[in-house]
Amino acid sequence: MENLESLLHGFTIAVTVPHLTLMVVGVLLGILVGVLPGLGAPNGVSLLLPLTFGMQPVSAIILLSSMYWGALFGGSVTSILFNIPGEPSSVATTLDGYPMARDGRPTTALATAFGSAAFGALVGVILITFLASWVAQVALAFGPPEYFAVYFLAFASFVGMGGAAPIKTVVALGIGFAIAAIGIDTVSGSVRLTMGIDELVKGVSFVVAVMGLFGIGELLIAVEEEFSARAVSSRVDWKEVFRALGRLPQHGIALLRSAAIGCWMGITPGGPTAASFMSYGIAKRFSRSGARFGTGEAEGIVAPETADHAAGTSALLPMLSLGIPGSATAAVMMGGLMIWGLNPGPMLFVDQKDFVWGLIASMYLGNIVAVALVLLTVPVFAALMRIPFAVIAPLIVIICVVGAYSVSNSYLDVVLMLGFGLVGYLFKKLHYPLAPLVLAIVIGDKAEDAFRQAMLMSKGSLGIFFANGLVTTLVLAGMALLLLPLALQLLHLSRKPGEAAHERVRII
Amino acid sequence: MKIASKLLLSTAALMLAGALPAAAAWKPQKPIEFVATAGPGGGTDNLARAVQSIITKYKLTDQPVVVVNKGGGSGAEGYIYGKASAGDPYKVIFGTSNAWQQPLVSKVAFNYTDLTPIAAMAQDEFLLWVKQDAPYKTVGDFLKAAAASEFKMGGAQSKDTDEVLTRMIEKAARVKFTYIPFKSGAEAAVQLAGGHIDAHVNNPSESLGQWRGSTQRPLCAFSPKRLPQGPKVTTSEGWSDVPTCVEQGLAISQYEQPRTVWLPGKVSPEQAAFYVDLMKQVQATPEWKEYIEKTSQVDTFLTGAAFDDFIKKDLEHVKQVAGEQGWLVK
Repeated sequence: MENLESLLHGFTIAVTVPHLTLMVVGVLLGILVGVLPGLGAPNGVSLLLPLTFGMQPVSAIILLSSMYWGALFGGSVTSILFNIPGEPSSVATTLDGYPMARDGRPTTALATAFGSAAFGALVGVILITFLASWVAQVALAFGPPEYFAVYFLAFASFVGMGGAAPIKTVVALGIGFAIAAIGIDTVSGSVRLTMGIDELVKGVSFVVAVMGLFGIGELLIAVEEEFSARAVSSRVDWKEVFRALGRLPQHGIALLRSAAIGCWMGITPGGPTAASFMSYGIAKRFSRSGARFGTGEAEGIVAPETADHAAGTSALLPMLSLGIPGSATAAVMMGGLMIWGLNPGPMLFVDQKDFVWGLIASMYLGNIVAVALVLLTVPVFAALMRIPFAVIAPLIVIICVVGAYSVSNSYLDVVLMLGFGLVGYLFKKLHYPLAPLVLAIVIGDKAEDAFRQAMLMSKGSLGIFFANGLVTTLVLAGMALLLLPLALQLLHLSRKPGEAAHERVRII
Repeated sequence: MKIASKLLLSTAALMLAGALPAAAAWKPQKPIEFVATAGPGGGTDNLARAVQSIITKYKLTDQPVVVVNKGGGSGAEGYIYGKASAGDPYKVIFGTSNAWQQPLVSKVAFNYTDLTPIAAMAQDEFLLWVKQDAPYKTVGDFLKAAAASEFKMGGAQSKDTDEVLTRMIEKAARVKFTYIPFKSGAEAAVQLAGGHIDAHVNNPSESLGQWRGSTQRPLCAFSPKRLPQGPKVTTSEGWSDVPTCVEQGLAISQYEQPRTVWLPGKVSPEQAAFYVDLMKQVQATPEWKEYIEKTSQVDTFLTGAAFDDFIKKDLEHVKQVAGEQGWLVK
């Protein structure tokens, strides 16, 4: 119970007028950068960083982390309303969030997303509070083979549970791996797949890919299908916010399962992106409404949002206790920590009790502040859906172009983004799933690095993936997920040959 | 209207005339962009942001300074951006020895000769680190154990400073390491704490937290003399208590990572002189001293011929190691 005492001490630090004000300011700025195109949490936090140099470290981290919470919530807004995910981890939210919003229920979609995100974050903070020291130990057990096994598990869960024809999922993953390989290779240090374009040495940014694939791709489909009938007559209804929140307990099992997946992927180095995808894939398989996923199911929003925020929150722990930043934003905050004269590492919890527990207490409060503020804005954002398609469509193009350009002030990125738009359109037309493509672009190169580092360590022997209990369990679970669709199909084939073929055409 | 505009014109002309003598000493007329050739939070990014905050605090220039990160391709993105901005004195590129080392071993579309060198502002030291509970207390013990079984040495990036140093140790001590490249030194430090690798050669700031937290400890510093006495890191030891590698019988007397500042190519000497002077002013502030101490770096200022000499010497050295390893491209 020593932790509980420390936490109460932390609250005495966090609950002061200046700190509460900083939280509100941070969250509002965060929502702003989350909603604005191309800014995102890492950029927002870097912009704010120089302002914090003169502050007390506790105040500085409270401001920055509050901004992070705000940006995470803000990022979900564009995913749901415009199909443009602001962060890699909110891609999975678009799969059901966007259809639901387009169906005339943007208020429900936003409120469900925020409610389940808050639940996930809460579970993450509680985990940090009580298991800080244990969690640090778990993360240390992860060497290259274990990293690879976690990524393998995430990929396999998609092939096995994604719902699209497994072969199409594999093709999408393969294309994603090729895109992830562009640029400098960590293990050999050489330049790969730049196709004579010098600037491609930097690799393909996730934001550029996603804006094209989802934003532009969806737009092309919409234009082709029905140009005029896109204005959604959404009632802006305050009561609906509370009704949607009230319905959340119905998804109790999904909430708990997704929070568990999120926490696990947050403390092991899988990260929020892999967590949200895995949670979505597993929910699709096991939920009673799984068959209707992709058409605007509430549970399809609950699963990825809960896991995303649980992972995002618990990922701060490895950053503080080991100095491993779980996300780009955590990396910026870690840079800040060093400049304020603090060193992330196990000793931070001993030397800087006030800082650590002040931060943890502020995570409870910061998330409550963020949820309250963001729920207040739901009707405003939902009203955006009433703007006619003819107005929104050019706006989306502008958002995507500006967003792609501002990633690193490069015209090449704009061209790439438009190219990805075409790819997204073709994928939809040919019924290939986009989610595995994005997953492979985001963590494909990390998986490759981990695999090759493991091979260097074992001098080429695959035995390293069965060297201890942890890695063996992860690899076997991955294999099981990978072979699941094959086994199920065989089962189906032996019973009712007709239905098996029918099953395969379902797409995310 | 006419009179007014004439008046305005002549005032403008007068102001221009007044500004003329000052124009000989060039001054920036629009916002300046600091390009960090590393992602947010990395050592190079921290330097660029520290310099930015000092310039802003002391108003060393009237123009605003913004920091952008172009760390893709191990920093190549930033250097290529610098090359493409030839003649533009509003882009200042912050990097490391990468600027001349990377083109040697990788087919990147730039060379350091495409840029105008401004200064090397700080040197980061290298140390040899092992896990806290490792059996060896001295470099001698470590090398004896390494000779018996092939040790796994971690480091940041491939064919970069960390691997060059690893290969130098191999040669000096006649041992063989398996070098495992990670994305950053911080990642290598965590892998050492978890016991997945046997050693790494991180900079002090990359492993400070781990040393203080008793998960790893330094065996020796690749420096001609012991590091400066700072505050104690652990309860009993500080940086100056770490022996030099030469003291310990490992004959590598000096290996450092300079933090370098560049302008794009084809800028005028006056423009370059302005930034040399600006960086000198930054270095004279107490905030700079504080930054250097907090990041455990060594304060240096190399510019002009001294900087050129440094690059040439380092280049020769790296060329030799890279040649022996068969890394050279073209």
